[in-house]
Amino acid sequence: MTAPAVSPARPTSQNAPLLEVRDLNAFYGQSHVLHGVNLHVRPGEVVSLIGRNGAGKTTTLKSIMGVLRSRTGQITFDGQDLTRLPSNRVAARGLAWVPEERAILSSLTVRENLELPPARPGGWNLERAYEAFPVLRERGHHPGSKLSGGEQQMLAIVRVLRSGPKLLLLDEPSEGLAPVIVQRIGDMLAELRREGLSVILVEQNLKFATRLADRHYVFVDGQVVDEVRADEVEARRADLLRYLSV
Amino acid sequence: MNTQLLLIQVFNGLVNGAFYALLSLGLAVIFGMLRIVNFMHGALYMLGAFTAFALGQAFGLGFWPSLILAPIIVALLGMVLERTLLSRLYGLDPSYNLLLTFGLTLLTQDLVKQVMLSQYAVSSAPYTPPAALAGVVNLGFVVFPKYRLFVIALSLVLCLLTWFVIEKTRVGAIIRASTENPGVTRAFGIDVGKWVTGVFGVGVGLAGLAGVLAAPIYSVEPYMGSELIITTFAVVVIGGLGSILGSVVTGFAVGVLAAVGAAIYPPIANTLVFILMALVLLVRPSGLFGLPEGTR
Repeated sequence: MTAPAVSPARPTSQNAPLLEVRDLNAFYGQSHVLHGVNLHVRPGEVVSLIGRNGAGKTTTLKSIMGVLRSRTGQITFDGQDLTRLPSNRVAARGLAWVPEERAILSSLTVRENLELPPARPGGWNLERAYEAFPVLRERGHHPGSKLSGGEQQMLAIVRVLRSGPKLLLLDEPSEGLAPVIVQRIGDMLAELRREGLSVILVEQNLKFATRLADRHYVFVDGQVVDEVRADEVEARRADLLRYLSV
Repeated sequence: MNTQLLLIQVFNGLVNGAFYALLSLGLAVIFGMLRIVNFMHGALYMLGAFTAFALGQAFGLGFWPSLILAPIIVALLGMVLERTLLSRLYGLDPSYNLLLTFGLTLLTQDLVKQVMLSQYAVSSAPYTPPAALAGVVNLGFVVFPKYRLFVIALSLVLCLLTWFVIEKTRVGAIIRASTENPGVTRAFGIDVGKWVTGVFGVGVGLAGLAGVLAAPIYSVEPYMGSELIITTFAVVVIGGLGSILGSVVTGFAVGVLAAVGAAIYPPIANTLVFILMALVLLVRPSGLFGLPEGTR
């Protein structure tokens, strides 16, 4: 790799959050699903959102990305207010979202999928994507839907890196995948983290989340009820498991 | 029936098919991306023919410049209508869009009728084909008007070009992605709304172009699109709503079948297309080339 190693430190102060979410409320039709969520991500930081199904983790990602528009509160990224922006303009500011269903487009080939997001400075080119996951080169001309679940997840992640995001919103990347694939995806995320990419990771797999994240926000019923730093995880493992158990 | 008559009917059918193909292709492209059926399509086809006529009257423009300009004018008008009116109905029940585009059809037809009567004192006007395409070509087995061969050829080229752009280019990849999953495509940083407007413009531009092509054959009059569009909708149903390949193949095939059928048994001329449609609906409700809803 020719790019020099980038340290997590950025020109902005280490303490100024890259993303700040304040009093976020979100709605699906009549139902009120997020109740005043507050969270922040500092530059180069990986935070996880953990909690049971339906606790509001995915909704939080969609609200930040502007995919879900019926929401109130304030979302600030890099000093700019994102709250009123449509998702295409949120993406242009440097956020990228990998949805839980991965959203590999079946009417596009693997290569067309990879090249769909607009290329921006600092983004991954085709070569780098192929280097990270050679299978994507071999399958380049296949329809996106013909990939295995693990390959789809890899494609979904490297696809959005084409736009060189500063913050990656990842929704359950380990879900339904074989341990060896989960390991590889974890390796890649660790590598991206070393290069200074900030990540919000939605996970139910505690082992995967604790391997990568600096902090964990615990979601219950559309609210953040607890915040656990990586160095507290061992001591509070029982609490975390209780939050996650069904 | 002798072979020569049959061949003439096949060629006449291909000419009709060229119009069905261009119109149903536009409908298919629009339906794919906007999920709306554009009932205004026939009126915009007529508007293409009328614009060519009016450009000739007002500026002395001939066929060739009008063949370029009139579709662009129709496309721009379509894009304005999409932005100002159609876009407000997305996500609502499709019948709202039907009412809107049907109303716009009536409005367009009557406006053109008024303009033709008041400005040019005609209810229908002939349109001269270009000198280069006047006369006939001897194909060996049959003599056929040069202009009609040109219509078949240009329609084929445009259908092929549209298919190529949609299936093989980056623009096409964006259109396919926006069709399949607009939400995630937008989240990649692509302004899907702008592409929707552009695709609508191209779709109705094809209708406008078909109108210009039709003017020398059928002459220009305010209701020239209404009958054609009914057959075109039957073609769209037979081919499968939203299928690019389906609309082109079915357009030409229906044109030929209807013309040959009419030669064999004249009373069936006007109903053959609808008999075909009924049969296809019985056997394959989603059309010959369509995927059942939900499997896209």
